[in-house]
Amino acid sequence: MTPTTDRKRKENEDWVACISRIREAQDEAAFARLFAHFAPRVKAFLMRSGADATLAEECAQEVMATLWQKAHLFDPSRASAATWIFTIARNRKIDALRKQKRPEPEDLPWGNEPEPDQADVLALQEESDQLGDAIAALPEKQRVLIEKAYFSDLSHSEIAEQTGLPLGTIKSRIRLALDRLRHAMK
Amino acid sequence: MTDIEIKHHLTDALLMAYSAGSLPEAFSLTVATHISMCDDCRARLGAFDAMGGAMVERCDSVAMSAGSLEATMRRIRAAGPLAAPAPRAKSSLPQPLHDYIGGDLDAVKWRSVGMGVKQAILPTSRAATARLLYIPAGAAVPDHGHRGTELTLVLQGAFVDEVDHFGPGDIEIANEDLNHTPVADIGADCICLAATDAPLRFRALIPRLAQPFLRI
Repeated sequence: MTPTTDRKRKENEDWVACISRIREAQDEAAFARLFAHFAPRVKAFLMRSGADATLAEECAQEVMATLWQKAHLFDPSRASAATWIFTIARNRKIDALRKQKRPEPEDLPWGNEPEPDQADVLALQEESDQLGDAIAALPEKQRVLIEKAYFSDLSHSEIAEQTGLPLGTIKSRIRLALDRLRHAMK
Repeated sequence: MTDIEIKHHLTDALLMAYSAGSLPEAFSLTVATHISMCDDCRARLGAFDAMGGAMVERCDSVAMSAGSLEATMRRIRAAGPLAAPAPRAKSSLPQPLHDYIGGDLDAVKWRSVGMGVKQAILPTSRAATARLLYIPAGAAVPDHGHRGTELTLVLQGAFVDEVDHFGPGDIEIANEDLNHTPVADIGADCICLAATDAPLRFRALIPRLAQPFLRI
């Protein structure tokens, strides 16, 4: 394993630990660390999606406040910290920028497991890293297509027309996600 | 809702657009309802959300304003603890659809559109239209084509058209190239959730005249 992925994985585990310290002990120092890393990225994400600096600052603060309030709902066997924060930021973006609603799927009945399985947590965090690496390794043109889909509201038919979209790259990730879900449902 | 076998799933393009948050509300409702019934598509959506997470990680950061952490802590203290979510209503329908109807199927305010077919338009933004369709066993929805995209999700019963047989949980994704005449299975009445982003094009004259009044 290269030093970069090692460092990256350590970072991911740290973020997961920070969120559980917020949940269990309202730990403001853990929150400050998450804030320093993610708030400027969320702000950038919102500005690239069309928000001006003032609105993006306001929304990024709201997204981080939501992270604190919903820390008990974060399940590290289903999402990395970055993925979970993305979903919060996306919902805020739809609300604030597009003035739309985005109905959510029904929650799964997750049984009576209060603590997610550590092996599942590690596997998911590792897959998230690998996905990040796979995206970083894509040719510029393909990466730009994905960025356009996530930042600039490509319509679904525009996405469907993008023949260069490297969906094959994430197919193996999708397969893993599916296997894990089936495992979790047993 | 994992005991039904679903053959027809969401496309990658729809899942990606739903994950990115760029679908019109009526489409999001249909996608969310299908995912509530389909573990495969739920897992695939997880991968697209992970891609969104990777995009946020990759963003160059933009500095937050001075004092923003303190301002956020003030927001958190002012907001207090999160209210517990409302208990889930018992429903034969997936939760997102139940929420838009405001109840179960018996709460739907059907309007007849002729030949025994009934519809109910659900309240969404105007960029696209979501409707429930009720097709009596053996009856047909008039032959129509599409200018944009039409998603048809079977909730109950089944229908057959030129493409295939669609049962509960199956979703048909039709575009401009498809003219079809969905016919409900003879065995049972069929109830579908359909979303369209452009008016349908009926090939027969009468439905075309009625179109502005029916909003179909």
